[in-house]
Amino acid sequence: MTSRVEHPAIKSLCERLDKKGYRVTFVPVDRKGVLDIDYLYDSLTDDTAIVSLMWANNETGVIFPIEEISNVVRQKGIAFHTDAVQTVGKIPVDVSQSNIDMLSISGHKIHAPKGVGALYIRKGTPFSPFLIGGHQEKGRRGGTENVVSIIGFGKASELAANHMGESINRVQKLRDKLENELIRRVPNVLINGDRDNRLPNTTSLSFEYVEGESILLMMDELGICASSGSACTSGSLEPSHVLRAMGVPFTAAHGSIRFSLSIYNTEEDIDFIIERLPPIIGHLRKLSPFWQ
Amino acid sequence: MWEYTNEVKEHFLNPRNVGVVENADGIGEVGSLACGDALKLTFKLDKDKKISDAKFQTFGCASAIASSSALTEMIKGLSIDEAAGITNDDIAQYLGGLPKEKMHCSVMGRDALEKAIAHYRGEPDKMVEGEIVCECFGVTDIEIARAVKENNLKTIEDVTGYVKAGGGCGNCHESIEEIIASISGIQPKEERKPKKLTNIQKIRLIEETLEREIKPALKQDGGDIELVDFADNTVYVELLGTCSTCTASQVTLKHYVETKIKELVSPELVVEEVEQ
Repeated sequence: MTSRVEHPAIKSLCERLDKKGYRVTFVPVDRKGVLDIDYLYDSLTDDTAIVSLMWANNETGVIFPIEEISNVVRQKGIAFHTDAVQTVGKIPVDVSQSNIDMLSISGHKIHAPKGVGALYIRKGTPFSPFLIGGHQEKGRRGGTENVVSIIGFGKASELAANHMGESINRVQKLRDKLENELIRRVPNVLINGDRDNRLPNTTSLSFEYVEGESILLMMDELGICASSGSACTSGSLEPSHVLRAMGVPFTAAHGSIRFSLSIYNTEEDIDFIIERLPPIIGHLRKLSPFWQ
Repeated sequence: MWEYTNEVKEHFLNPRNVGVVENADGIGEVGSLACGDALKLTFKLDKDKKISDAKFQTFGCASAIASSSALTEMIKGLSIDEAAGITNDDIAQYLGGLPKEKMHCSVMGRDALEKAIAHYRGEPDKMVEGEIVCECFGVTDIEIARAVKENNLKTIEDVTGYVKAGGGCGNCHESIEEIIASISGIQPKEERKPKKLTNIQKIRLIEETLEREIKPALKQDGGDIELVDFADNTVYVELLGTCSTCTASQVTLKHYVETKIKELVSPELVVEEVEQ
């Protein structure tokens, strides 16, 4: 059992299992990206093998109540995995305060070297190695350890934990300023996701009547890096599965842009975007036949 | 991101002829917000019946905007008959080529031009003819057939790149294959025809299917399977390794093993588990 808005890391795997004949339940979300928990609980059966849910969504930043869900799932004797890649370093994560059996995290999200991650497994959880062929890590993962990256990941985790209070609050203030100023300066902007229950660093905005790839390319000319849930950006013809699962209208989904802030972003960065993005939207809307 | 040519970038960042021509002689509108791109083309003729002005409004990605901008530049100074000869490939060539997945942007330009010319000539709309094949993007059989013919398309992927058809739910893939087959002579992959098999042939085929298809898949998850017996179209197997203790083994057996055996050997077979 999983959700309809998972990262491809989980989504593609579940779709493959589905094709192989396993029964996979994809739990829906509402218009704000909030998980339908009743649907999830109602769908748990005696033969549910595992529940895997993201802790927070990578596109909208919406947080799922993973600790609460893990308690219910554990009571039923079902294994529980969470993809916490977006969450760690942004909000407190404490596996000792929950019934999470397995938790995945990735280094690059907290400024560790790329290509290093970790899987937490609670003691006693049945587990078979993904990579065999070596005694490393007590036989849990074959292959010579990438020591440099692992040390980097450890240090990055330590720094992220230190930044948890004040620095993250500062990031949230920057994010909120970015959102509020863009809403104030640009008409027809929507925020995707539950604004009251999100990661502090993420914002997904939809600019109606313009297309995301065009916005990205024009921002790129100015050195602003962001990403888009538009169809054209991904090479498919349909906008992001997350926005579609939320029922964001196509008129807005095609013009969606996501900014992910970090503790290394400055007030100047935000001011630059606030100054330079509205004219880009204005220019593209002037080109658009739907903008009057 | 995309590998756009310098011409595409130039026309995207500095689009020519944006807007609507006043008192236009020809107006063509294609696409929609839902589809992700749309183009409104307007043009005006001078006293010699040549296109003296052309403007566009486009909602879409960089290549859609660049294709529209290029189109307006290309048709200026042409007679209606000359303009009518412009193909989607001409637009792509003008821009130094487009990524394959973005060819539909050039097709959109051509379609808008055709509509604008038809509007000028007072002809009925050609695009509404034909039957909708791709429900997701509202593409007709005639549009698909035309794209296949003019651009020598061979695969569903090609068709999706040029006219978007097949890029959504995928329900129309079979119909698209048939259209490609009827034009290019490329036959869709033939279905395996059920043959009358002897028991010995069945057993051989079952063994082959187990070895080649099923065992390698199960072994990925640490499982295995052995053929124990075969009688009355029932395949008796034993699940081994992690499969033997797996709670999902019955699912694997019925949904995966049986499906494969039915598909590759004979649809009348059933699979049963035995323990030795």
